[in-house]
Amino acid sequence: MFERLKKKLRSFTDTVSKTIEEKIVEKGKAAISGETILDEGDVKTPLEELELALLESDTALAVVEELIPRVKANLIGKKVSRREDTHEIVTDALKEALLEILSCNNFDFDEFVESSDKPVNITFVGINGTGKTTTIAKIAKRLFDAGYSVVIASADTYRAGATEQIEEHASRLGLKVIKHQYGADPAAVVYDAVKYAKANHKDVVLADTAGRMHTSVNLMEQLRKICRVTKPDMVLFVDEAIAGNDAVERAKRFDELIGIDASILTKVDMDVKGGAAISIAYSTSKPIIFMGTGQGYDDLEKFDPKKFVERLIGS
Amino acid sequence: MLDNLSSALKKSVKKIVASKRIDKRTVDELVKDLQRALIQADVRISLVKELSNRVRERALTEKLVLNPREHVIKILYEELIGILGKSVDIPLVPQKIMMVGLNGSGKTSSCAKLARYFQKKGLKPAVICADIYRPAASDQLKQLCARINVPFFDSNSCGQKDVIEIVKAGVKEFSRYDVLIIDTAGRHALESDMIDEIRRIGAEINPEQRLLVLDASIGQQASVQAKAFDEAIGITGIIITKMDGTAKGGGALSAVAETDSGIAFLGTGERVEDFERFEPDRFVSRLLGMGDIKSLIEIADESLDKDEIETTLKGKFTLNDLYAQLEALRKMGPFKKLMQMLPLGGMDLNIDDNVYQVTEDKLKRFRVIMDSMTQEERNEPKIIDGSRLRRIAIGAGASTAEVNELLKYHRMMQKLLKSLSSGRGRGKIPMLRGMPLKMMKNLK
Repeated sequence: MFERLKKKLRSFTDTVSKTIEEKIVEKGKAAISGETILDEGDVKTPLEELELALLESDTALAVVEELIPRVKANLIGKKVSRREDTHEIVTDALKEALLEILSCNNFDFDEFVESSDKPVNITFVGINGTGKTTTIAKIAKRLFDAGYSVVIASADTYRAGATEQIEEHASRLGLKVIKHQYGADPAAVVYDAVKYAKANHKDVVLADTAGRMHTSVNLMEQLRKICRVTKPDMVLFVDEAIAGNDAVERAKRFDELIGIDASILTKVDMDVKGGAAISIAYSTSKPIIFMGTGQGYDDLEKFDPKKFVERLIGS
Repeated sequence: MLDNLSSALKKSVKKIVASKRIDKRTVDELVKDLQRALIQADVRISLVKELSNRVRERALTEKLVLNPREHVIKILYEELIGILGKSVDIPLVPQKIMMVGLNGSGKTSSCAKLARYFQKKGLKPAVICADIYRPAASDQLKQLCARINVPFFDSNSCGQKDVIEIVKAGVKEFSRYDVLIIDTAGRHALESDMIDEIRRIGAEINPEQRLLVLDASIGQQASVQAKAFDEAIGITGIIITKMDGTAKGGGALSAVAETDSGIAFLGTGERVEDFERFEPDRFVSRLLGMGDIKSLIEIADESLDKDEIETTLKGKFTLNDLYAQLEALRKMGPFKKLMQMLPLGGMDLNIDDNVYQVTEDKLKRFRVIMDSMTQEERNEPKIIDGSRLRRIAIGAGASTAEVNELLKYHRMMQKLLKSLSSGRGRGKIPMLRGMPLKMMKNLK
């Protein structure tokens, strides 16, 4: 996972740290004290390479253009003493900039579920085909394993086979599904599921909504209605790691129109370079909480910004 | 679709036009804008570099035969066509078509759309589901096929659990059908056993077409993934889906280069009709803001009865005809899509998304108002006096001003048609050319 970006980021830190070392030697000869300062010229070329590396990793252009100046600001004018590890200085500058974007706040999903009043209503939203239903099955399994009782609301009353899909998952996992007819009001399905959960003392309601294009005024309005009527405790935005620049656009639209609380990044096992994580976190300023890493129910990893960045850059 | 990319390109072209002379600085500026636009459209970085270098070189060295604007458009056009690849023609003959792609790219929806496409062209399609992995994949396809009356075959139809056996049985079952469409499970390049599975299906039934379905929003991964599929089965064409969102499809376009094939269709919405033929020059035309009347006429041909158009042009244009027009427009799909296909000529037409919504809503209102009119009134709008006007308004739940607006609009259309039918050689269906544009200007 993320191998290529890692290599490119390494080469960036290598180049810049070498420059710092050269400067130390240079200035040392001029007998200036043990400090050296990087200037624009020193970082120009390496930053351009970094920019390219990030773009090739599917970090959206808009986000790269935000990130590069931050790394630059972290580097330029930096005083470096002879005794410091130059490599570490550069790595830190990059890490800092990435973490600033990624760790919007430290949010713990498990804690959230534990501390919320039951039943907790969690609604999943996103565009078509990003993996909402599969992700719900994985999260249901995770919550079930942790000892919670889970109800699934099949609120995708539009797509052919949507209800059958979630029912198949639920029967494999032994969970209850609340469903209506195709074409029914999805808000009513979620409402019923919450009512059922209350009556039967269930802990969590996971609501699967139909995938929709963020550009469709009517469908987005429908989603707003679902949220207005059922007042979810948490709205999770599901998007895929293979998305390019559009990740920014749709995350932004969903956040603006619906208001999302956190994101889940799917299809991370598809040889992706991880840029989408940076794009989505940046455009929503909301935490990414899980990564989907395969077709199995257990292929769900907690997203840890620090670990993610460590994995990208290498520590 | 393609909004940002085309507006960025238009802006750069405008810059050139404004400066009259092409110097190095102008070209560099254009190339930089172009790079940004292409990167944002998810075109592979190496392709972006290649393209921008060529445009820069050609713009500076080639002699200016045309005026500067046309010169730049020509270079951009040719280079983009070069990158977009050749058009893929899926022949209208009996054949087997295998659909492959990543998970969630829209294979199953595309299968139904493709079946519908062949059905409309007069061939008999049938669909086989070879996805035994995703829960309810087969239910989904079955429901879609039932809606369009296309026969369907899956594991339940033959009691087989092995993908190859299912496909074999399906092909045998449907031997009397013209076009067999085989839907496979979603998979990706790193799943070697799954990639091997499509290779085995391909070897077993020898499908004439192996179509790769790619999401318009896919990023730099497009070429890597396309390459893996191509190496396994030899991709003959690409379908880009979800083109109705904001994604530009540049990633899918770089996949074309990787597979040495071309784009066959575009998926442009969730309805089974939201499926368009892809033709590179049309695509680039649209990109450059030169309009694309050809697509529109093609859609109009299918949605509109030709006789209907003829009588409208010859006889007098009544409210009934207007009603039929609005009905046909509605069938063609969202207004915005229609507008993008029109030759808007000027590069200055910046239409806000809200306007589209307003116009679409307006058209709906018009239809409601017309529903409250008598046949007589629709044939002879002149007889609508104050009392009839009030009755229609009450019946439709509209204000008299709205009814008046409709009548005014009808008079305007009448005039427009008169002027068009007296002129010669103005295209096949002139009212379709004029109408939406006029509407944009007059309604708001």
